[in-house]
Amino acid sequence: MSTAAGAVVLEVRGVTKAFGERRVLRGIDLTVREHEAVALIGASGSGKSTLLRCIDLLEEIDDGDVFLDGETITDPAVNPVGVRRRLGLVFQAYNLFPHLTALQNVVLGERRAHGASQAEAEERGRALLARFGLAGREDDRPDNLSGGQQQRVAIARAFAGRPRALLLDEVTSALDPELVGEVLEAVRDLKGEGMTMVIATHEMSFAREVADEVAFLHEGRIVEQGPPSRVLSAPKREETQRFLRRIQAN
Amino acid sequence: MLDGFWLDVKLFVIVEAAVLVVGLGLAILRSSRAPAVFPLRLITAVYVDVFRGIPTILLVYLVGFGIPALQLSGLPTDPVVLGGLALGLSYSAYVTEVFRSGIRSVHRGQRDAALAVGLTEGQTMRHVILPQAVRRVPQPLLNDFVALQKDVALVSILGPQEAFRIAQIVQGETFNYTPLIAAALLYLAVTVPLARLVDRMEGPEGVVR
Repeated sequence: MSTAAGAVVLEVRGVTKAFGERRVLRGIDLTVREHEAVALIGASGSGKSTLLRCIDLLEEIDDGDVFLDGETITDPAVNPVGVRRRLGLVFQAYNLFPHLTALQNVVLGERRAHGASQAEAEERGRALLARFGLAGREDDRPDNLSGGQQQRVAIARAFAGRPRALLLDEVTSALDPELVGEVLEAVRDLKGEGMTMVIATHEMSFAREVADEVAFLHEGRIVEQGPPSRVLSAPKREETQRFLRRIQAN
Repeated sequence: MLDGFWLDVKLFVIVEAAVLVVGLGLAILRSSRAPAVFPLRLITAVYVDVFRGIPTILLVYLVGFGIPALQLSGLPTDPVVLGGLALGLSYSAYVTEVFRSGIRSVHRGQRDAALAVGLTEGQTMRHVILPQAVRRVPQPLLNDFVALQKDVALVSILGPQEAFRIAQIVQGETFNYTPLIAAALLYLAVTVPLARLVDRMEGPEGVVR
């Protein structure tokens, strides 16, 4: 595959994470190359969200390392703020700032984290909102927007910081079925631009379409990984087969 | 008596302004996660426990008569100032907890999202958590406003002639309770409009826009 030749952007090595007695991640290894989209699939509670939160340093890992462009970002000496400015994270529940307008949501990070001027940040914010089909909604508060619109604002917000990699945490799971398409369209758009992405998802057809790699998480481990055509159509492991059967039955 | 009540109002406004600033500052300190402020956080927690736990009338006595009794130069001896100080100490403790509960009520996902876009902890507090927190506390704050407005009468035990004190004196001289009723009406004239104002500021969901 042509993408396999790209430089490694993210590397996760032997990462473990427990919440009390519950061992959520039991030794994760994952490599994400430039322009590559890796889909994380697996049942709820398999550790997909936790892995993304650990990569973005919102959770502290217990063991292992995460590298971003070769730098060990999980080293305690590394300032997590600087790392998060190089990554983007989109949440399942959007997590927009309810007291700010759509435009202000997108601009806040540009202004405060990346030091852009207000005019600069607003110009770019408007362009991003327009790009994701939100022209004319700049001054709306999140509670005046549909779920699909909110999630597209959230994607614009995460993308505004020009991240090296975008982490998407089940970005369509909270949406009504008829709104899923517009959000997936936004992700497809980013993929077309060559954005490096890690996508936790339950949408198998979408994973098949945009992902270069699919990694199946089961009880805190990646038990199977490969191109979507193989993992999703001809899974080797029994856990993967069982998971895909259950998803299809729904 | 109106002059006396004017003193009440002035004292109330000044103390309330100070209490809002101090309470907000202490609440931010108490809610901070930075290890560097741990000692300050501890001091704040002790402060709140102690000053919320002592009856306000006792504090007014302690500060109003205790500080002058120390006979240290540079300390205020004006009973109005000392009374205001005692009220401020007491009410700052309450208001700290009001603001802190507002801060705690902001969903954890807001903090995550703010950090994820690259804000520092301080920026997260200032631009994301606080603006949401302060919109949720006007009702509990008003409770403390009204309580403070009434407790200003406690300063009378230190001697200043505020409304309640004057009413008492007149009542003592004439055996007529009308002055006390007049004083009560004066208090209501401030606290009721205050309550309506907050109702008006709040939208239907109880959140200030």
